[in-house]
Amino acid sequence: MIPELGHYALVLALGLALVQASVPLYGARTNDPVLMSVAGPTALAQFGFVAIAFGALVACYVTSDFSVVNVFENSHSAKPLIYKITGVWGNHEGSMMLWVLILSVFGALVALFGANLPARLKANVLAVQSWIASTFYLFILLTSNPFLRLSPAPLEGRDLNPILQDPGLAIHPPLLYLGYVGLSISFSFAIAALIEGRIDAAWARWVRPWTLLAWMFLTLGIAMGSYWAYYTLGWGGWWFWDPVENASLMPWIAGTALLHSAVVMEKREALKVWTILLAILAFSLSLIGTFLVRSGVLTSVHAFASDPMRGVFILMILILFIGGGLALFALRAPVLKQGGLFAPVSREGALVLNNLFLVSACAAVFYGTLYPLALEAVTGSKISVGAPFFNATFGPLFLPLLIAAPFGPLLAWKRGDLLGVAQRLLGAATLAVIVIAVTFAAEGGGPILVPFAFGLAAFVITGAVTDLIERTALLKVSPRIAFARARGLPRSTWGTALAHLGLGVTLLGIVGETQLGAERIAEIKPGQSISLRHYDLHFDGLANREGPNYRELVGTFTVSRNGEPIGVMQPSKRSFPSRGTATSEQALMTRGAGQLYLALGEPNPDGSVAVRLYHKPLVLLIWLGAVVMVIGGGLSLSDRRLRVGAPRPAKSQAAMQPAE
Amino acid sequence: MTRRQRRLILIGSALSVLAVAVALMLSAFKDSIVFFNSPTDVAEKQLAPGSRIRLGGLVKEGSVVRGENLQVRFEVTDGKNTIAVAYQGMLPDLFREGQGVVTEGVIESAGRFKADSVLAKHDETYMPKEVADALKKQGHWKADDGKQAGAASQGRAQ
Repeated sequence: MIPELGHYALVLALGLALVQASVPLYGARTNDPVLMSVAGPTALAQFGFVAIAFGALVACYVTSDFSVVNVFENSHSAKPLIYKITGVWGNHEGSMMLWVLILSVFGALVALFGANLPARLKANVLAVQSWIASTFYLFILLTSNPFLRLSPAPLEGRDLNPILQDPGLAIHPPLLYLGYVGLSISFSFAIAALIEGRIDAAWARWVRPWTLLAWMFLTLGIAMGSYWAYYTLGWGGWWFWDPVENASLMPWIAGTALLHSAVVMEKREALKVWTILLAILAFSLSLIGTFLVRSGVLTSVHAFASDPMRGVFILMILILFIGGGLALFALRAPVLKQGGLFAPVSREGALVLNNLFLVSACAAVFYGTLYPLALEAVTGSKISVGAPFFNATFGPLFLPLLIAAPFGPLLAWKRGDLLGVAQRLLGAATLAVIVIAVTFAAEGGGPILVPFAFGLAAFVITGAVTDLIERTALLKVSPRIAFARARGLPRSTWGTALAHLGLGVTLLGIVGETQLGAERIAEIKPGQSISLRHYDLHFDGLANREGPNYRELVGTFTVSRNGEPIGVMQPSKRSFPSRGTATSEQALMTRGAGQLYLALGEPNPDGSVAVRLYHKPLVLLIWLGAVVMVIGGGLSLSDRRLRVGAPRPAKSQAAMQPAE
Repeated sequence: MTRRQRRLILIGSALSVLAVAVALMLSAFKDSIVFFNSPTDVAEKQLAPGSRIRLGGLVKEGSVVRGENLQVRFEVTDGKNTIAVAYQGMLPDLFREGQGVVTEGVIESAGRFKADSVLAKHDETYMPKEVADALKKQGHWKADDGKQAGAASQGRAQ
């Protein structure tokens, strides 16, 4: 009964989506306010029905209803409740349900909070949003129905792949999807603007919060996925340049570029056409990401060809929206009025530079990710494009961004003074030079790049702080006045500074982990020790343990630093009888911002066991930096200028804000 | 500056950044791509010793020999040809005799391969299409393998 209810609700959602995709659009053309106002309520109702459908699927999982194929294939009655629920999106059908759920959430949010949007823009945006939704409902109903029944119902499910039974993976997909799908709003706004043929600074002000929200989720989602890969896969790596990871990185880069260009558009009415194009591209990359992951084309081009229904369907969605979006852009962009002028050295100029490098870096990732697929499809030969390619292209293209990041916010709009900004960054540069000298001395003749990388991280971090010091005049006026000024600063200024600071922190983590890390692999028996740097790990022994749906072999290691015991690490190997597979659980011990990382190998017949021990200094900063970026995004989002219709700040407060 | 000059500067800088990006991509591409090969490919293409490839196939039953200091020797087969692989280090969780494996490394001499990494078969990419086909012909292919592995790779994805 419940699965049928879910199925039915999904069909109704499709019906509503079709109404919402057409009626408001016609209303906007004929200037009929009644038809335009259909969009809001249908968006809310659509969300209601998708929520019912999704809830029905969750209910099937929670009650372990194995008469539903999807539940049978991906769940098990002995699984802990949390993994029964997260198992819903641990498979193809369920994750597409999550996709449409989030899509409808965003549609409902626009309907609810878009009261200040011009009626016509709102109608068009919601209509475009509903085109996207309709195609995905059709995709689910025609090719990936999660509510299909199985008869007779099996007694036990086949269990979720053990590697997916992890708290990190429970929240990772929803975060990532919130990001992917959030970019659909920017896309809908861009298409709506093209349909109307009119665009102004207000448009950018409406789009920016949605882009920012999507960007924040995407940042968190990517960081979460990276941390999950780090502690689960046992190789100690946190980024593999795997196509699946690149699929989420590309929309992030494009989204970052969009955020920056939307600032120019909002403040200066320039870069309009470019911003629209970026909005289309950012969501296109999200769709491509969905295609790569969901069509099975990555698993193998061969598998894609042998079960083409799904892949071809997503490919059609892809062509419809990317091709359609770009065609509309080509047709209508010349109609849009060009905006203001600016000198090359100016805040606008810096933001253009930012966009150029971000888009180039994104193109490099795109090429490296899709070329092997294209080559295999055309010639049949399989190649792998690995980390060396991305390091050699993405790295150099990101470097100028890092150097320029502290300069941008300090430059004035319209016409900047590069020399003046350089003088103000003298403190940050001096600190960077000190860091370079100290690292160089401490390292005593390692690769010359390492000290410079640390210096760059220091420059980015202090550069962001310099921006705040300059704006509050901390060093020039009394601390009390500076504090008052700090409170009076627009939140988006704090947001910018924090986001750039977070970038520096992540960079510091990356440099620390890759350049200062150490690794040891050994085979040891109980009673023996393995040591790395200051740490000694004494192997106490192996023991068996029972979990809810697995058995595990746990190794116990007493850790001491310079002879002082500091704790115990217990890596393990788990075997899951229901799937006949095994996973490794690594043991992590946090020391400051660094970690000790211990992975257990297969035990040998003679009682010895292989272990892999890493010391990873500063590694936690990689993800901490991402969190700082997200906090910056959140502050910026709460800026009253971005809240449409928020009352203007009081005069006295405005007077204290430095000119931007 | 006139409008024209400003526009020229903008277009000029855009083109130069783009040129740098393309140059980087092309130069990096030449050095960093690695081809997948099955043991049969290696035999047929007569790849020269010293060439770097990814070798994929099944770990031959009964071929895994563990030595001192995490030294491992095993054979990779596609049912038609077999290549002996030497590796030192920890093997991934999913490494089993009779299961698919992909190793990356250098061809030493005919029929011998020195691997510097062994990839867990977390997704089916590590099973070259030809191998999969060959295995299917001989009935070694377990439909479940692909399905499960696919799920794992999807897991990474989301």
